[in-house]
Amino acid sequence: MKQGMFTIAENSPLTERFSLLRLEGDCAAIERPGQFVALMLPGLFLRRPFSVCDWDGKGFQLLIEQVGKGTELLRSLPVGQELDVLTGLGKGFDLSRAGERPLLIGGGSGVSPLLALARRLAERGVRPHVILGFPSREDLLLLDDFFRLGLAPTVTTDDGSFGIRGRVTEAMDIPHTFFYACGPLPMLRAVCEKSPAPGEVSLDARMGCGFGACMGCTIQTAKGPRRVCKDGPVFEKEDLLWTD
Amino acid sequence: MDRLSVSLCGIELTNPIIPASGTFGYGHEFAALYDLNCLGTFSMKGTTLSPRFGNPTPRIAEAPAGMLNAVGLQNPGVDAVIREELPRLKAVFHKPVIANVSGFSVEEYVEVCRRLDAEPQVGWLEVNISCPNVHGGGMSFGTDPAAAAAVTSAVKAVTKKPVIVKLSPNVTDIVSIARACEDAGADALSLINTVMALRIDLKTRRPILSNLTGGLSGPAVFPLALRMVWQVSRAVSIPVIGLGGVSSAEDAAEMLLAGAAAVQVGAANLRDPFACPKIIQNLPAVLDRLGAETIRELIGGAHG
Repeated sequence: MKQGMFTIAENSPLTERFSLLRLEGDCAAIERPGQFVALMLPGLFLRRPFSVCDWDGKGFQLLIEQVGKGTELLRSLPVGQELDVLTGLGKGFDLSRAGERPLLIGGGSGVSPLLALARRLAERGVRPHVILGFPSREDLLLLDDFFRLGLAPTVTTDDGSFGIRGRVTEAMDIPHTFFYACGPLPMLRAVCEKSPAPGEVSLDARMGCGFGACMGCTIQTAKGPRRVCKDGPVFEKEDLLWTD
Repeated sequence: MDRLSVSLCGIELTNPIIPASGTFGYGHEFAALYDLNCLGTFSMKGTTLSPRFGNPTPRIAEAPAGMLNAVGLQNPGVDAVIREELPRLKAVFHKPVIANVSGFSVEEYVEVCRRLDAEPQVGWLEVNISCPNVHGGGMSFGTDPAAAAAVTSAVKAVTKKPVIVKLSPNVTDIVSIARACEDAGADALSLINTVMALRIDLKTRRPILSNLTGGLSGPAVFPLALRMVWQVSRAVSIPVIGLGGVSSAEDAAEMLLAGAAAVQVGAANLRDPFACPKIIQNLPAVLDRLGAETIRELIGGAHG
């Protein structure tokens, strides 16, 4: 983990609910896809955690969904504004477990960390199969970015307006060695139940500090109480109890 | 003694800044960021006899200039703290540490204190009779002078270490609780714990926290905490540790002037993990600005 000042280089709407935020600064602490950052925002006390969508030598991108006061404020911040950011938070995905044919499954805002994951896997010569689920055609996110990596994601929409009608689980009948998933809790549970393979899922949580100090985001797991921010946000399928 | 040092129950602190219990875990997350030995000391996560999971999530909510928490005393239990946390801490922290103790009965407070009394790393026992987020214990001991005195004297009987009693602001008359603890043998007092509070989610029309209410902390409570530290330090002759919304060296100076012998920093650690080293670094400049040679000169200065 590292604290640093970052400058907003891009803040543009993608869909009605989502925008893309690019921040530039020292990204040395970001080591793995699936890690997150915590932004200090003017007028708010608690930092806001966001999964890293992708990063390079100069900065990182976040996919911001409008869910409350913090994200609303964030959407209004101008290019050039400086923000205090904690980077390299949490344990990310374990790329060494991918095997030859990993499946990447994302739902809604959960597609975000899968882009960086797909890029890093591709760099290692692993071609994942990607399944992305959205409510409708207007909600599609990052599709072009996955195509630019030479991947052709399978898309599902709840209303059938694009790709396969239904949930991501409708598109999972494909042989895979391992899966990585991020999305709403019911989706993650359905994915874990459907896949015969081992896998990792990234959880979302309301956090206090984001670095393991406050115990604000603890969940019960098969291995005992675990902090989503520090022990996760990526957990092994077998460790999740789905009690919430 | 140098400019920043203070004394707390006969133990010298190189500076008065102490991360508060519940915002600093058992130190390890912060030890990865900076040398913990720059701190006066710190207060470990509230520890009970048995392991506790705490409350279900959500446990945290934003507030104007602060936050609510209802963690509910999640901790691995006193035996795990002694077996795992203290040895791990020994490698990175070479000063006496404050062990914060919680319980649901006088017997539980006594037993946890008895076990921690045997640990040489523990310099002080901070008895938390003020947690607002658990039921049937915690704060119920801190809202009644007789119950507060009963816990204090029972704990004093089983330890030679200085006992700090941590007080709740959720009372009509904090001075009467403070006096009862002093009379029962408390060596010091720390105040304030969080202020019982509520947030409602407008979308669901329900309280945000699963525990419904939570404890408010952060800059929002600073003037309230300062007032209580001022009142209590006038009324008792034992040291008072001031806490509640302290986020800068200037805030710490106000606490000292209000009568605090040392200052704990809580929620600020969660917003800025480097809050305490920054405050310590800024203290000499604040002393210069106040025309004070030492921190000790400031203590109680506002009482005239």
